[in-house]
Amino acid sequence: MESYLFPFDSLICMLLGISFTVLFTLLLVFIIVPAIFGVSFGIRRLYMKSLIKLFEVSELMLSMSVILQRGGAEPEFDMSDIFYFCRRGVESIVDDEVTKRFTAEELESWNLLTRSNYNFHHISTRLTALWGVGVLIRYGFLLPLRVTLAFTGVGLLVVLTSIVGLFPNGRMKNYLSDKVHLMCYRICVRALTAIITYHDSENKPKNGGICVANHTSPIDVIILASDGCYAMVGQVHGGLMGVIQRAMVKACPHIWFERSEVKDRHLVAKRLSDHIADKSKLPILIFPEGTCINNTSVMMFKKGSFEIGCRVYPVAIKYDPRFGDAFWNSSKFGMVNYLLRMMSSWAIVCSVWYLPPMSRMEGEDAVQFANRVKAAIARKGGLADLLWDGGLKRGKVKEVFKEEQQKLYSKVLVGNIWPTFSYEQNIESV
Amino acid sequence: MGSTSSTLLKIPNVEVLMQETGFSPAHIIRLHDRFKALDKKGRGHLCPQDFGAIKELAMNPIGDRIIGAFFSPGKETVDFHTFVKILAHFRPVDKNRPKEPNSPEPINSRSNKLRFAFQLYDQDKDGKISRDELLKVLRAMLGMQVTEEQLESIADRTIQEADLDRDDAISFEEFRKVSPEILHSRCFIKAPVIMLMERDC
Repeated sequence: MESYLFPFDSLICMLLGISFTVLFTLLLVFIIVPAIFGVSFGIRRLYMKSLIKLFEVSELMLSMSVILQRGGAEPEFDMSDIFYFCRRGVESIVDDEVTKRFTAEELESWNLLTRSNYNFHHISTRLTALWGVGVLIRYGFLLPLRVTLAFTGVGLLVVLTSIVGLFPNGRMKNYLSDKVHLMCYRICVRALTAIITYHDSENKPKNGGICVANHTSPIDVIILASDGCYAMVGQVHGGLMGVIQRAMVKACPHIWFERSEVKDRHLVAKRLSDHIADKSKLPILIFPEGTCINNTSVMMFKKGSFEIGCRVYPVAIKYDPRFGDAFWNSSKFGMVNYLLRMMSSWAIVCSVWYLPPMSRMEGEDAVQFANRVKAAIARKGGLADLLWDGGLKRGKVKEVFKEEQQKLYSKVLVGNIWPTFSYEQNIESV
Repeated sequence: MGSTSSTLLKIPNVEVLMQETGFSPAHIIRLHDRFKALDKKGRGHLCPQDFGAIKELAMNPIGDRIIGAFFSPGKETVDFHTFVKILAHFRPVDKNRPKEPNSPEPINSRSNKLRFAFQLYDQDKDGKISRDELLKVLRAMLGMQVTEEQLESIADRTIQEADLDRDDAISFEEFRKVSPEILHSRCFIKAPVIMLMERDC
């Protein structure tokens, strides 16, 4: 028995070996090397565009399926079909692409992730098959790829920052530290297949200031830090997080607080001000909200960061939930669970706006200043015209889409009606 | 987001509005935000162009009819109250509404939903859907995908089935009879956070 399994054994080993090598080479060439140099092949954007098309088609099919499900073997025109178009029209009046994406719980276009569509039931074989293929791709191919990348990114971060830490303080060290941090964050960005669009980069935070952003998920840090160098603020953790923190602080000064120190507001404020006063140190990245909110509103900004009296650089981050819900409900899911969900989504698409710097005005107290900054961020991230499609010409899409709706509707109807008519016509001719 | 009560106070007659439409304060605020977003010039009312700027609505085969439903004949603007009242048609039916004998029918009753649909067909508002009006709607929904003959056949057959008093047009009563299942899972909207999707109307 064992003897004739043997040749298969070595064959399998060989195949596995080859596929690993191929995978790793691809990884290196297409993902890691560009990350090091900060260039992009544009693969992710292409991927995003194809996903959008796919989602739109599946959404159309899903909504038309309601007509298909109408009782009886042959759907025929019904006067109430007008309601199908009417509903879609009214939905777009009440919500549009900007306001629509407001909740972690509902999703208009069923983006082939069951966890998003809570009312999923078997509607059409084709859609279910599509979903099944999606699961295979996401869990069988994308997830392992991304996990490998994530480990690579984090591992490199720890190792390289420790190495940089051995250098004497000075310009060389800062330069290297910046490069290392950027490179590792870029690898992590690719590990999540995050497609980020940065707007208004001329307002990027500079030394001696605080960068303040709205907080949706732990990923926010990676998203911002892959485009600029910041000093992080946070509590000292144990475990893997602690290892990373200790390594990072060797290369450049981040601000990590012990648990006990966090309660002491004066101490916190002092450390922050000292950091800012030193112009050679990087801008501090702070998320004033403290907890993750689901990207719909910018909650109460805690005033601590605004009392320090330096320039504040607001940043608005908005995720496109069509591609995967980035919201972390920390009471429901743990960090590992959350990261797994992120890595098995299709992609993470978001936009980052750098807003012009703001300072506290005369006669304004910290709370009022905080609210002013908060309003600026909310305005930018909430009501701005978000071009999620990455440049598809709007005009063209409009016309084609109306036609597509008509086509689909007519297929549903006429495909079935016409045979009836020809039958009647035959009877008449006889 | 600011305190809800302060936003509500800025809307005149909001209590009456909530009672007439059945929207909750959160819904009203949400719709008010949306109204303001659509009213790009900040005039306090919407005109047809404001609706036309909504891309998805422009893509809708019957988009212009839906827009027309918001404007009473002769009026070129729609204020917030009318906006909300029209949208109230699309709230799910309140299944547990107590049947008060003297209170007016709620805007989102089955009957009023059907009336809304009827008016999408009956553009000249004569109370009947003529063959011509039916053809126009069919043409809008099917576009160039079917031939003129097919459209006419569909229209003829539909009128034949629905028209009981043989006047070659469909009145509202006849329309009602033909569309008993009209409401199942098609007449409500599920879009915003706070409007829950219910399987039945």
